[in-house]
Parts: sequence; structure tokens; C-alpha cells
Amino acid sequence: MSSTSVSRRDILKSLGMGVMAGGILRTIPAQAAEYAHHMVMSEKTAAAGGAYAPKYFSAHAYKTLQTLCQTIIPPDGSSGGAIEAGAPEFIDLITSENDAYQLKLGGGLMWLDETCTDRYGKPYLDCTPELQKEILDLIAYRRNAKADPGLSQGIEFFSFLRNMTADGFFTSKIGIEYLGYIGNTFLTEFKGCPPVPGL
Amino acid sequence: MPEVIRSPKTYDVCIIGSGAGGGTAAKVLAEGGLNVVLLEAGPPLNPEKDYKEHVWPYQLAHRGVGVGAKQGGLNDEFLAPNGFWDIEGEPYTQAEGSRFRWFRSRIVGGRTNHWGRIALRFAPVDFKSRSSDGMGDDWPLSYEEIAPYYDKVESFIGVFGSQENISSAPNGVFLPPPPPRCTETIIKKACDQVGVLCVPSRLAILTKPLNGRAACHYCGQCGRGCISASNFSSSQVMIPPAQATGRLTLITGAMAREVVVGKDGKAAAVSYVDKATKSEKRVYAKAFVLAASACESARLLLNSKSSLFPDGLANTSGVVGRYLTDTVGSGGGGYFPQLEKMPPHNHDGTGGMHMYVPWWKFDRKNDFLRGYHIEFGGGRGMPGVGDFGDACDMFEGYGASLKKKLRSDYGTYIGFAGRGEMIPNPDSYCELDPSTVDQWGIPVLRFHWKWSENEILMAKDMQETFRAITEAAGGTYLTQTSAEGSKPYGIEDGGVIIHEIGTARMGNNPRTSVLNSNCQAHDVKNLFVTDGAPFVTNADKNPTLTIMALSWRASEYLIAQAKSGSL
Repeated sequence: MSSTSVSRRDILKSLGMGVMAGGILRTIPAQAAEYAHHMVMSEKTAAAGGAYAPKYFSAHAYKTLQTLCQTIIPPDGSSGGAIEAGAPEFIDLITSENDAYQLKLGGGLMWLDETCTDRYGKPYLDCTPELQKEILDLIAYRRNAKADPGLSQGIEFFSFLRNMTADGFFTSKIGIEYLGYIGNTFLTEFKGCPPVPGL
Repeated sequence: MPEVIRSPKTYDVCIIGSGAGGGTAAKVLAEGGLNVVLLEAGPPLNPEKDYKEHVWPYQLAHRGVGVGAKQGGLNDEFLAPNGFWDIEGEPYTQAEGSRFRWFRSRIVGGRTNHWGRIALRFAPVDFKSRSSDGMGDDWPLSYEEIAPYYDKVESFIGVFGSQENISSAPNGVFLPPPPPRCTETIIKKACDQVGVLCVPSRLAILTKPLNGRAACHYCGQCGRGCISASNFSSSQVMIPPAQATGRLTLITGAMAREVVVGKDGKAAAVSYVDKATKSEKRVYAKAFVLAASACESARLLLNSKSSLFPDGLANTSGVVGRYLTDTVGSGGGGYFPQLEKMPPHNHDGTGGMHMYVPWWKFDRKNDFLRGYHIEFGGGRGMPGVGDFGDACDMFEGYGASLKKKLRSDYGTYIGFAGRGEMIPNPDSYCELDPSTVDQWGIPVLRFHWKWSENEILMAKDMQETFRAITEAAGGTYLTQTSAEGSKPYGIEDGGVIIHEIGTARMGNNPRTSVLNSNCQAHDVKNLFVTDGAPFVTNADKNPTLTIMALSWRASEYLIAQAKSGSL
């Protein structure tokens, strides 16, 4: 279906009927989900100082990933950023289990360092904040590929990372609070739409 | 083949499948005094362990999307267990040029664990289609004959709704409907403007306590399974009373392979594979109720070949597997700016829509025959992985401004899903694949599928209606579809809406139908089919409520027949 901005998922999920009408689903046993949950928790506590030991990314790549995530969703007056939300851990875990993501993100981070080295003589993390902003401003917008087709792979990578960072942030405790989602609780009465002027 | 292990006793009835049809039969038959054995291909269900109700995404390492997020970003970790588009070792095939998807739930309760709880009665006209427009066939029973069973089912399982006196959406026995969400208030107003009916929806979710089950607590998570059984599932609502009689034997992990016929031409036993031991077992009974799902029951009949029934059991008509239909589905969505101003509030509600659009153009000439209804929803649901990709792609950039935009954009979309009637056609059917067996050695189904022009015109009308409603509300309709491509006007592939039915249809003529109006095989009088297979038409209504009404009715008939010694 050639849907543009509203994904089929959004629609089905909002209808609460994704299960019965959705795309490709496969439910994993509950035990596996519980296992996965405890897995990251236990590894966080097991590692020295509570630091997360990346499963897929090298130390350097993971540091770059963290920096990019935090740049995409930074802390502000109302909430922490992507790092505080655990987005890099989430991305690393999923990527460690998915070959396609390894190419997109692992390869994408390599592309970024190589491109920075070509342009600025050093990998991304060693660049000045001004240079970091310069390259990100190039790969954060699809239209820039028209002027410089050599950026298109970087744009694709950044778009994918931006989506995953948003996923990681907005499904975290602080991200959900930041959005203002209220629910997932027991109510004895559902009141419906509150009084809103003009509605 | 090692020795077949026989059941020590002969049951009154053997039911195959524990979903909507099988669960209803189990309850009615066991409460009616019969000794029942129920075979289920999947494992038992343990709500306390299996359900992910009230779990937040951040409480799972994969945030709900599962290992490797390999299911297209769907939050499958949250779903009630064992509903699958693909089952390892249990394939099905598609004929060249056909696209058909088959959702199967291998678990006690079957797909009632996973359905949308939408519980709509067929209307009187839905049983008289051929008389109305010359296409398809009439049912061998009328709305008036099935209506008392709709009453019984609704009274027992609990369905909320409202009496609307709409000819396409009959009144029923309803619990009070929940109040509309903001998204629903907006759409209702827009529908009023463009002359489209919009009324409280009808879902099998309790808004008042019923039969020992608690009322809904409005967490919006029916799809995960409900610990308090406030929504309907066969596993939590039909099976327990059957078990309470002491006359139900439930055998899980039992993959039925063949219905064995005796010398007298009656069904005598079911051979099944015990999945745990991979051994062949056989259970004997005086009567059999197939409720394995329309296509799975057709498969079982086609695989039950004997010298008496060389083309499959109860298939002297040759129509087992034929007349396969699914619902016509096309979806889309739009952006509604007024939702940006909505103050944060609890929008969850029940696990489905509180309002819907029943078929409203029944009083005029349309470009297509039959009709459709519209389901819709959106707004400030619990955030999930994959919910922000579209907005990220739209806004681009990064940093503080992106973060703010994503927040103001959250909850501003409403999606629509049209659900329409498909008329059976000769190019849509299932049959045994001549070259493929599953891991249990059982020949699998091969699907043939084709939409006809009528359905495509219906999908076109759906898209136009979604746009008209969205624009009347001041929104922007974002879905783009066209007549071109493999999915004209967004029409989904066959099977995707998971309303596949009709594969052992009922009728008065044994040469053109498999069952009589009591779901009893014309050829084999102690054999019944009570899932979606008996349906003659696939009205725009979701089939589950009608499956239960038919099964209840067939089960009462079976009891009467058993008591009079006629089986």
C-alpha cells in the first residue's frame, strides 16, 4: 500500500486491532521476552560501574553512536536525552541480532568516519563541534543529496539512526513522560474526551 | 508408522479446534450433558505468565519489538501468545499469481486470543444476497432463525453497543457503550457533516461485570490478552464453563490429521499427531465437530480420503475449499491539527474503537454491489517502537527542535480501515498442494486468489470516503493510492484481514454445498463444521459473532439429535 505519512502500523495499533489485521507478526513466547528484559538489566549491573558493554559495536563505534543519539535527541529543560533514555543500549541490542541493521548502522558509522577523514582529516569524534555540525547538517536532510549525490548513503544512514533513536527515546520512561502520554493503568471509569474548546 | 495409540473410550463428541466455533460448541455440548473431547493443535494458555498486560516498552530490553526487531517493527512481544503469519514447519503454498496470507493461532482459544473483539451481527439482507442482487447465493437460513442465537451469544459473552435501528446493523443485546475519545468526537462530527452514519461500535468487551467477569479497566490493551477476562476470548470465557461440567477432556498439542470413517459411512475417529511425542494417536467419538478454522477444517476434510470418500470427507459435491472469501480491506489515515491542542489526558479506553461507521449507503445505487463498514482510531496511544519513523522522515534534522516537533506531532493522526464484502468467485479457493507436506507429514493447502472488479471499486469508494471525512474535519488525508499496481486503491492481499471463510459452505442442495443449515454434513450425518467454513456470504461484518451463533445453534441441534439417537 502506498501510504505516505501515516504508517499502517500506527493505524492498526491505534485501532487496537493490529493483531488481527496487521502485517507480519510472530509472537515470541513470554518467557523469551522476560529473559530479554532481565538480560540487559543484569548486564548493566554486571559490568564495572554499571556501564553497558556493547554487544555489537566496537568501543569507538559505540561512543560515536552515543554521541550521535544524544545529538539527535538532546537533553533540555524538560527531560534528559537519548543516552539517559537508554537509546544506545536498545540500538546496540537490536543491531547485534539483525544482519541488515549491522550493515546499515555499523557500515554507516564507518562511512561517517571515512567521510569526516576525507573532508576534515579526522574521524567524527575528533572533529570540532563546528565541523560535526557541518557534516550532520549535510546528512540530516534528503534534499542535500540532490546537490551532492555522494551524501546519499550518509543521509540514508542518518535517517535510519534518527528513527531508531526516536524509538529508543520515546519508548523510555523519560521519553513517555516528555510526550505526555497518560494511561496504561486501571480505571474504574473511562471519561472519554475532556472538554476542549471548539471540539 | 509405529502403533497407533487409541483412546480408551468413545466420547459423545470430538471437537477439533478451541477458538470461537470450537469453544462455543464445547460449552453448549458439555453443559447439554454430552461427554466431549476437545483437540487443540497448540499449547495451553496461561494468562498470568503469557500476557504482557500493563508492561511498559522500557520494561522489555527489546522495547516490545522482539529479538532483532525482525517483524517489521511490530510490537509483537506484547501480543497474546502464539498467533502467527508464519509457523515454522507448518507452511502453506500459493498458486502462481496468487497472493494470500493465512493467520493461524496455535493456542487454546485460537484466534479469539488475537482478534479485534469487533462483534457485529449479519443483517437480514446478508442472508438473502442472491435474492437481493442476483450474485452469490442465499443462506439456507434466515436472520430470524439465527437471531435468537445472536441474543444468546451476546448475553453470554457481553458486547457493548447501542440500539440504532439501522437496517445494515441490527440491534442486539448490548451493554452500554463507552464514551467517545477525542478522535472519535472529531470523526463523528465530520461524518454528520458529510452524511455518513457514525455510531457507537460493538465490541465483545465488558463495560459492566458479567457472569463473574470484571468490567473493563480501560487500559486499551486487549490485543495483549486480558488478565481480568474483561474482553472475550474462547480460552477465558467458553472453555472454563465447559470444564466446570466435568465432561470436557482437553487435549493440547494435538494436530488433527484425518477423520476416519467407519464401514457405515459415519465418522468414527480422528487421527491426530501428538506434537510432544510425534506419535500418531486416535480418538473415538459418536459425533465430530470440526472448528479448526475455515481453511484448516477444509484441509482436514480434503485429507480424510477413503474408498467411500475418495475426494475427501463430506466432499461428494466437490465444493470443499471452494467459495473462499476474505474481507475487502483498504486503509489510510490523516493528520488532524486540532489534536495538537489536545491537553494530555488518558485516551486509552477499551482495546478498540468506541465508534464506527456501519454501512450507510444501503438505500441507494452504488458503483458496486454490497457494502462495507469503517473502523477508525488514533490519537494519544501508548508510544511504541516504529511510531515515530514517519514523523522523523517528515521533519528531518536533529536536536532540540526535532525533539519538540515530535512531541507536538504525537497523537495527531487518525487512521481508517474499510471492511467490505467480497462476493465468492471461481478463482479464489484452496486445495491440497500435491507436492508439500508439513513437519507432521500432513499435506498442506495451496491457495488461489483473485479480487474481482466489484471489490476494487469498493476499495476506491473507501479511499474517497476516508478523504471526505478527513477533510470535513479540517484534516489532511495523507494516504495515496491509485488504480495501478498490485494493490489497487490499497486493497489488501487475500487473507490479510483474517476473515477467510466459506470453504465448506451450507446450503439446501447437497450437490452445491457441504453442510445443511445446522452445519451438519450432507454426506455424513454425525459430522459438523462450526467455524467460518459454513458461511455462504462474507458480509462486511466481522465473522466471529456469527461463527459463535452458528456453532451454538448447531450444538443445540446436535444435542437433540444425540438424545433422539439419530446420529
